[in-house]
Amino acid sequence: MATDVAIDRETLVTLLVRLADDHLVLGHRLSEWCGHAPMLEEDLAMPNMALDLIGQARALYAHAAAVEGRGRSEDDFAYLRREREYLNCLLVERPNGDFAQTMLRQLYFAAFMEPFWKAASASTDATLAGVAAKAVKEVAYHIRHAGEWVVRLGDGTEESRRRMEAAIEELAPYIDELFEDDAVTAGAARAGAAPQPSSLRPAFDRIVGPIFAEAGLTFTTPPYSQRGGRKGMHGEAMGFLLADLQHMQRTYPGATW
Amino acid sequence: MVNERATETLPLAGRVAAQRPGGGGGDSLHPLKTACVAPPPPRSAARIDPPRKGEGESRAWAAAAAVPDPEVPCVTVADLGILRSVEIVDGVAVAKVTPTYSGCPAVLAIELAVEAALRDAGFEARVERVVSPAWTTDWITPEGRDKLRDYGIAPPGKTSTSIRSLFGDIEVACPRCGSSDTERVSEFGSTACKAHWRCLSCREPFDYFKCI
Repeated sequence: MATDVAIDRETLVTLLVRLADDHLVLGHRLSEWCGHAPMLEEDLAMPNMALDLIGQARALYAHAAAVEGRGRSEDDFAYLRREREYLNCLLVERPNGDFAQTMLRQLYFAAFMEPFWKAASASTDATLAGVAAKAVKEVAYHIRHAGEWVVRLGDGTEESRRRMEAAIEELAPYIDELFEDDAVTAGAARAGAAPQPSSLRPAFDRIVGPIFAEAGLTFTTPPYSQRGGRKGMHGEAMGFLLADLQHMQRTYPGATW
Repeated sequence: MVNERATETLPLAGRVAAQRPGGGGGDSLHPLKTACVAPPPPRSAARIDPPRKGEGESRAWAAAAAVPDPEVPCVTVADLGILRSVEIVDGVAVAKVTPTYSGCPAVLAIELAVEAALRDAGFEARVERVVSPAWTTDWITPEGRDKLRDYGIAPPGKTSTSIRSLFGDIEVACPRCGSSDTERVSEFGSTACKAHWRCLSCREPFDYFKCI
């Protein structure tokens, strides 16, 4: 990704915050399963994946805070912004639904992030490259885990298949947004900091396609796509998520342990 | 219509969960845990150039390197390869530590323990977290791998840069009986760095330190 074009500070901070928000919000969603999973292994697996995601988010927030240089901490980013300031994609804030929907959402996000991290491992931003080099291996475990469940449920009983098909329909409108380019992603790509999201679609299809084929599932093109997360426009579910996520810091500002 | 795979895998996972008394991490049930002795005096880690600049730095390195991992106390931070360097900068011992997994909850505990160990050894101390280059299980020293195995945790295989190789047909030897007739129970175990396996030969469950 070597290039001579420098990235401006605001573009880099926005890029990092978008990435971090994706990981924080999905990590929070997964953590909601803790103690409620259908079996013990999953009760360990989902918080484990949540830990990976939140760990990645922390490293990205800390880096964003350092680049920004305005004295904000990673906690300020995670807990003390308003809903319109969160820049995550809409997919990750979708409610957990049933286990099929949670696993399909995980597969989609992981299949998007795997090629992203792979490209970002060669980022001109050394810290992002370091986070990516670790994350690309962690996300591979997420793909395998979620992919195995998509196959197991899609190719399982009538009931499990019905649920997986419902999940495909439910999440279909939130996929295109992942691959949207804009001025921020273009600036980052020009500087060699991160790949253009649109360039990741073939890799995404190469991951999800064979899993769907093995599960006997077909992807249905949605009649419309939802967009807006990258500009801070979120669905109804986001407010409830933030109320839960921010509760402690809003109630006891500055609380630490 | 019930698919064969579904009938095989779903009940299996349920049965394994039911077999585990007490459930959860199971660390307290691990009979080998009590056999883990205090780590021997630190030796230099294979993958890291130990500081040779002066006696002060050697002593600071030795103090920091002896800190045990809080979750797997049979190995030290030097065995794991997460202590990257210790330098004396303007009279302050500066230790650089790298996280294992991105979300490893032990990172802060490790940083505090390293700082405390340096202070106990008489240094003014500071710990810095470095994420680049990213830690890999390849940095675990041969000695660290032996300690993990003795402790009842199957050490990780060697990684390469290929993601595929992470998931090739890996052969994991049972840390108790040495049999390679083993199977994975769950990708995610009692901590972020471990997967849950069991031996089909001696029938014992065990942790496998995941390769990343």
